[in-house]
Amino acid sequence: MAKKINGNNILLLITFVLFVLMYGIGCVIYADKGFTHLQTFLNILITNAGLICVACGMTCVMLTGGIDISVGSLIAMDCMILADGMSNKHMNAVTLVIMVLVIGLVFGTVQGVLVSYFDIQPFIVSMAGMFFARGMTAVINTNQLSITQDVSPLFYGWANAKINLPAFLGYMNKKGKMIPPFIRPSVVIALIVLVLVFVMLKYTKFGRILYAVGGNETSATMMGLNVKQTKMFAYILSSFLCSIGGVLYCLNTMSGSVQQARGFEMDAIASSVIGGTLLTGGVGNVIGSFVGVLINGTITQLVTTNGKLLSSWANIATAALLCFFIILQSIFALIKERSK
Amino acid sequence: MAEENVLITMRDIVKTFPGVIALDHAQLTLRKGEIHALMGENGAGKSTIIKCLTGVYHRDSGEVHMEGVEGNIFNRNTMDAQNIGIATVYQEVNLCPNLSVAENLFIGREPRTAIRTIDWRKMNKQAQKLMDDLDIQVDVTQTLENYSIAIQQMIAIARAVDMECKALILDEPTSSLDDKEVEKLFKLMRQLKAKGVGIIFVTHFLEQVYEVCDRITVMRNGTFVGEYKIEELPRVKLVAAMLGKDVDDLAAIEKSEIDPKKAETLLTAKGLSHKGTIHPFDFEIEKGEVVGLAGLLGSGRSELVRCLYGADLAQTGTETIDGKELKIKNPLDSIKAGMAYLPDDRKADGCIAGLSVRENIIIALQARYGLFKKIPMSKQIEIADKYIKELNVKTASRETLLGQLSGGNQQKVILGRWLATNPKLLILDEPTRGIDIGTKTEIQKKVIELAKKGMSVIFISSELDEMIRTCTRMLIMRDGKKVGELTSSETELTQGVIMNAIAGGEK
Amino acid sequence: MKETWEKIRKSPLFLPIVSMILVLLINLFKDAGFFAIGFNNGIISGRLIDVLNRGSEIAILAVGMTLVVAVSAGTDISVGSVMALAACGCCSLLAGYGVTSVTELKYPMLVGMLFGVLLGAICGGFNGFLVAKMKIQPMVATLILFTAARAIGLLVNANMIVYIRYKPYSYLGNFIPGCPLPTPIFAAIVVIAVVALFLRNTAMGTFIQAVGINSRAARIAGINSTVICWSCYLVCGICAGIAGIIASSRIYSADSANIGLNYEMDAILSVALGGNSLGGGKFNLAGSVIGAYTIQAITTTLLAMGVSTDQAPVVKAIIVVLIVVIQSPIFKEWMAARKAKKVSAGKEITA
Repeated sequence: MAKKINGNNILLLITFVLFVLMYGIGCVIYADKGFTHLQTFLNILITNAGLICVACGMTCVMLTGGIDISVGSLIAMDCMILADGMSNKHMNAVTLVIMVLVIGLVFGTVQGVLVSYFDIQPFIVSMAGMFFARGMTAVINTNQLSITQDVSPLFYGWANAKINLPAFLGYMNKKGKMIPPFIRPSVVIALIVLVLVFVMLKYTKFGRILYAVGGNETSATMMGLNVKQTKMFAYILSSFLCSIGGVLYCLNTMSGSVQQARGFEMDAIASSVIGGTLLTGGVGNVIGSFVGVLINGTITQLVTTNGKLLSSWANIATAALLCFFIILQSIFALIKERSK
Repeated sequence: MAEENVLITMRDIVKTFPGVIALDHAQLTLRKGEIHALMGENGAGKSTIIKCLTGVYHRDSGEVHMEGVEGNIFNRNTMDAQNIGIATVYQEVNLCPNLSVAENLFIGREPRTAIRTIDWRKMNKQAQKLMDDLDIQVDVTQTLENYSIAIQQMIAIARAVDMECKALILDEPTSSLDDKEVEKLFKLMRQLKAKGVGIIFVTHFLEQVYEVCDRITVMRNGTFVGEYKIEELPRVKLVAAMLGKDVDDLAAIEKSEIDPKKAETLLTAKGLSHKGTIHPFDFEIEKGEVVGLAGLLGSGRSELVRCLYGADLAQTGTETIDGKELKIKNPLDSIKAGMAYLPDDRKADGCIAGLSVRENIIIALQARYGLFKKIPMSKQIEIADKYIKELNVKTASRETLLGQLSGGNQQKVILGRWLATNPKLLILDEPTRGIDIGTKTEIQKKVIELAKKGMSVIFISSELDEMIRTCTRMLIMRDGKKVGELTSSETELTQGVIMNAIAGGEK
Repeated sequence: MKETWEKIRKSPLFLPIVSMILVLLINLFKDAGFFAIGFNNGIISGRLIDVLNRGSEIAILAVGMTLVVAVSAGTDISVGSVMALAACGCCSLLAGYGVTSVTELKYPMLVGMLFGVLLGAICGGFNGFLVAKMKIQPMVATLILFTAARAIGLLVNANMIVYIRYKPYSYLGNFIPGCPLPTPIFAAIVVIAVVALFLRNTAMGTFIQAVGINSRAARIAGINSTVICWSCYLVCGICAGIAGIIASSRIYSADSANIGLNYEMDAILSVALGGNSLGGGKFNLAGSVIGAYTIQAITTTLLAMGVSTDQAPVVKAIIVVLIVVIQSPIFKEWMAARKAKKVSAGKEITA
């Protein structure tokens, strides 16, 4: 029996094709600017390690039919805690990272309880979360802080550690020396998170209940599944993964400011949606979201490689892409309804 | 109690909601290997007592005992109930459409591998075996939404069965199934009965009760009326027990008749079709005529009237009313042409629960007048009061929110909404479903009264006797096509004849 | 006595008025100077006037937001960004692309302002299309412009802040010479009045509520749900456009990064504080307007207490959460249960 091709598969297929196409175009146009090197691709991973974690969490929440728009602000708050803690309070980097993760858990628990047990719209809750976290960032410190080697050698070391890949993947530089491609530890962490979340979604009871809740919440309740608890954990997971993402993001930017990661929630949601997660919940997986992140990263990379375009073009392109995909989703849903 | 074989006893169950006593010392006894009908009008407390048993609601007081379980049982949620072997299948299939059949069967108790992850292969194998055992033909790896509602319902029951339930509760499982599917379901129920499962069967269909049940418990106004063996309780007595009075005027409605000489055509539709649901269809209705559309669910009867009215857009065909051709793009066009449509899904398509009774009554008329010609408040009150009185709507005031009224009264308000537009053609799709018998009769009488005044009515109902009582002509539909036509003058309108026509047998 | 109290408590304006009084009382005790009103240089000044003045944009946004919430049970989170886009469009047209400061306008001032409002209307229409026609959840649909509108604003302004140093341009956001009250107050009154009169004299209010409660049933009853829903988003976009022009006129410039920042939160908060359910359906415009000025009073109070604009959202976020928690059915049930317990306890004592 031939496997039925449904709308959801088509969406994912479009995403893959789109990524290959975009990257291919980039390779052709910007070949002279090193777009063809493996390192460019790895750089996309390095810059977006944080986004990968956040998108994983976002996918889990969106599978339940919810949404979490607090992630951008939460990242700003995390970065500010790290930057302020290291440069002004001279705290240990390890302590701070643990603190950030715990804050993520607490933050997620509050949002999760409000959404699941008080039955408040996820958007409203996470919007309050978004303003709260952004405001708290300003409460901690209103200045732009950067983390330098003097402030915390340890954190600086994490950020600049290189993990070299086999040299034959690299390229010759002008002096004829072989430069091996490298990644940063943050990429490893992000990929581990990705694999763990993938396994969790596919092979654990909790993961499957997330899908069930998104498919039909009443049914899931009637089937005796603990819907409220599952939803709450989804938000906790999202905020927790977001905090991990926040640390990775900070490793990449090495700074903290109130304006940081504005619009990041949009990138995370766009990655998820582009990767085939339905806004209505119940369908999607993190592999798709990962491709979504790559598309997102490629857009930014294309805009920066060009050098002449304003950075806001990247925002606009992502928004347009998100718009395109949710309209596609909506059309598929309408077709499905009509064919019934 | 010395009776043997008793599986579940519920005694003195009391449940109150703010301002309402839903259950007043109600009781229920279920034995092993029996199919037990739970009957009562809407608001009798059937659903409430079941929800108290399954843990959806928490009872205020009373005792629940079950064989093999110590002491007074108090289920906090459906999971608790499932754990002691009480499973429920509801009218709306409570499964997840986005998951595979196998997952729907096993979610929450999936087979695990050695490292506690889900063993998909084992799960699919077990699921397929379960389906084969029950003779349900599905591919368990497909997502559930690929299957019909009937199959989904079977899968829901299979899930309950596999969880080794001792008691199975079926809450109106048949209301969205056609006869063949109901037959399949009954077969499954009898199989389970033979295995010793106790089944509580809630339904509005009397025929089905007599076909499959062993015992009946009747409830009324939240109280227990009595428990009867099926052979001891003829239909009339059952209805009387449910209503609390003898059936007086159910059959005593005088039908409207049309003098064929004076007949005037009101609406003609030619070649009306909608992809996938109705084939090109011709339809005519005369002034003062009550035309019934008979057929099974999915035969195209509801879809036809939706196209006539413009709730769904017809792909081909023309409509003329009073000789004038109509261009119907949306419901508003039909309203302006003098049509009114009472949809079958009251909750989703009819009620605007958060608006007051007054606003609900005037809204269609206001839509007809348009956005800018607001009906003055005094006029609104006048219209609302008129229909509240005329249709005998039981409401605290005209400003009460519609959602606070009972189902039957909501239906009357929506009927009033359409009468207020003073239509030439009234389309009623299942106007009496899910409402109590008293209101049913009132609505039937009203239909005939309106027809006598010259209004044309299209009447759809799943209950044939109701259609026989009200309709002057009946179109039989099957698979989106008209397959027959019967008129009352030829005295051929009996249930048998109609059912034969619907089923497609010989006349 | 008790019945009257019940009646007052159940009135739709109970929440907004009580919260307004609460904020004013806090000010009364903390700093009575809040209520002082002065008169100098032909201008009436004082904190209260300031609240009315600064609250104008929020009140205008709240009007549009109320309709959106009522009709679609969702909020338009793009309003702040749309404000910025409207301002940028207006200033860029008046100054010319790539010009950072002008004293002479390229087009008549009104044309520029109308162009800004038009941009707002287009944004609103776009949101409305996604929500009403494509059936996309409102907040996701508006999330697109929430990010994109500000970015487009930056493009329109060639990544700069554009200054319009043409005196009359600042009249709308400040004072018209000879008038003792700030102009935004009048602008807000006009917008509120136009919308309120429209709702009063047409069946729009009923239709919006019908669509918000059950759009399918409304369609069957002959209401064009799609158009009604779309027009609410359109109105919301226009309101955002007007608010953007006022905000721009205040600082006689267009700063895409800062105009309308965090205003979506204020607008949504106004609707919630106005006693409207964020779940859609019934709505009360007056409540939202009172809510809007209450929010501004809170902001002004916070600023007076030395809290910075960046930090103020913390307090507002907490207020939003409190309101929605109080509105949530779970909380109401819990309160009812507590009350019932009290009553039964009281009975036992008397018995």
